Amino acid sequence: MSIIRFVNVNKWFKQLHVLKNVSLEIAQGEVVVVCGPSGSGKSTLIRTVNQLEPISDGEIWVIDQNVADHRTDINALRADVGFVFQHFNLYPHLSVLDNITLAPIKVRKQSREAAEQKAVQLLERVGLAHKKDAFPSQLSGGQQQRVAIARGLAMEPKIMLFDEPTSALDPEMIGEVLQVMKDLALSGITMMVVTHEMGFAREVAHRVVFLDHGEVLEQATPAEFFSAPKTDRAKQFLKQILSPMH
Amino acid sequence: MQLDWSSIPRASNALWEGFQFSISLTAFAALAGIILGTLLAMARLSSIKPLSMIASGYVNIFRSTPLVIVIYWFYVVLPFIIGRPIGAEHSAYVTFAIFEAAYFCEIMRAGIQSIPKGQVYAGSALGFTYGQNMRYIILPQAFRNVVPLLLTQTIILFQDTSLVYVLGATDLFGAADKIAHRDNTLLEMYVTVAVIYFVISFFLSRLVKHLHSKIAIIR
Ligand SMILES: Nc1ncnc2c1ncn2[C@@H]1O[C@H](COP(=O)(O)OP(=O)(O)O)[C@@H](O)[C@H]1O
Ligand SMILES: [Mg+2]
Repeated sequence: MSIIRFVNVNKWFKQLHVLKNVSLEIAQGEVVVVCGPSGSGKSTLIRTVNQLEPISDGEIWVIDQNVADHRTDINALRADVGFVFQHFNLYPHLSVLDNITLAPIKVRKQSREAAEQKAVQLLERVGLAHKKDAFPSQLSGGQQQRVAIARGLAMEPKIMLFDEPTSALDPEMIGEVLQVMKDLALSGITMMVVTHEMGFAREVAHRVVFLDHGEVLEQATPAEFFSAPKTDRAKQFLKQILSPMH
Repeated sequence: MQLDWSSIPRASNALWEGFQFSISLTAFAALAGIILGTLLAMARLSSIKPLSMIASGYVNIFRSTPLVIVIYWFYVVLPFIIGRPIGAEHSAYVTFAIFEAAYFCEIMRAGIQSIPKGQVYAGSALGFTYGQNMRYIILPQAFRNVVPLLLTQTIILFQDTSLVYVLGATDLFGAADKIAHRDNTLLEMYVTVAVIYFVISFFLSRLVKHLHSKIAIIR
C-alpha cells in the first residue's frame, strides 16, 4: 500500500509546464531518491506532496488523503509530513530548543515539558544536545540543518521530505547531515529525498527516480540506475554528476 | 525686549498636567495605532482583493490629509456617530489612534515583507495556520526589524499631539498657550515648551539609535 501516490499530476507556472503527467508511488517505509538536472522540477515535485506548491491537475494521495481536494485538512496533513529545506529555514528569533518545540506545542498541543523532553532526545540523536540554548545564527550550516531535521522529527511525522538538504553546505559539513539522514532511513520512516548525493542513494535508497523536464524518465533500484541507466538523458546526467570535475 | 521668566516655575503644575495628557495621548495612539496598523498591514498584504483594497484606501486617505483637518473632522463627526458629545480629549485619543494607524501600517507592512518567504514555508510545512504563522513566526521578527522605525514614528507622533490645542484640549502646548496668554509671557512660554519637546524627542531618538544596534536579529 503506497503512502504517497501521484496520479497524472500536472503543474504549470503560467505557460511553463513544470510537471508533466507525473505518476509515482512510494510505499510505506520506502526511501526514494529523486534526482535530475537543475530546473527539471524536483523542488516543485516534492513541494506538491504537502501542497507548499498547489498542482494544476491530477491527484496526489498522501496518507490516504487527496491533498488537492479542498476538503482535506491540509494543516493536519502537513503536521504528519516533515519537510527539510535546502536553506534550513530555522526561525532566527528562537533558540534551538524553541525552534523544535514550537510546532509540537502550538499544533500538537503538547505540554511544554513533554515537548522539551522530546526535543532534547532528538537533539541528542542529531548530536547537538549541547546547542539547545544557542540561536541559529550561532550554528554552522551543517548544525542548522541537523536542527531542522530534529524540528521536523519532533512532530513524529509519517513521511520526511528533503529538498537538496546538503547542497547549501560547505563540503566538510555534508557528511554529518548525510549521517543523520542515513540513520533516519534505517529507522523505517518513509523518505523522499531530492539529492545529488549518489553515495547516499547507493547506501540507503530503495529506489531512484530520475526526473527530466518535468517527466519521470526512469525509476530503478540504485544498483540498476547507476550501473545501467536506460535513457540517454540519464546517462548524460550521471556522467556529469559522477565526473571528478563536479 | 524685557523677558520675565519668573512666571515659569509658577506655571509648572499646569504644564505638568498638560505634559501628562500629551504623554498618555502619545502612548495610547502609539499602542492602538500599532495594533490597528498591524491588522491593516496584514489586510493590505492579503490575497483577498476587497480586503487589501479597503486597507490601502484607508492608508491613502489618512496619509494624504493634513492632520489638523482630520482632528477637526473627527471632532465634528464623532459625536454624530456615537450620538453624544465626546469632548476634545476623547476625540483626540480616537483621532490619533486612527490617523497614526495609517503610518504604522506602512511600517509594519515593510517589516512583514522583510521576512524571507522560507520562514512561512517552514511554518506551513509544520502545520501552522496562517494566523499561527503570523503570530509566532512573521510578526515577532517583523516587529523586531522595525522597532526603530516604530519609535521614530512615535517621536513624530509626540510632537504632532501638540496640534490638539486647536480643539482647546490642554496638552503640554495647550497648557503653555493658555498661561502664555493669561500672563502675557508668550515668548518665555513658547521657548520653555519648545525646550521640553526638544529634550524628550532628542533623547528618544538617541535611544532609538542605541536600540537599533542591539535589537536587530542576526541572520
Ligand atoms: N514560483 C515559480 N514561478 C515560476 N516558475 C518557477 C517557480 N518555481 C520554479 N519555477 C520554474 O520551474 C522549473 C522547475 O523548477 P524547480 O522545481 O525548482 O527545479 P529543480 O528543483 O529541479 O531545480 C524551472 O524552470 C523554474 O524556473
Ligand atoms: Mg530545486
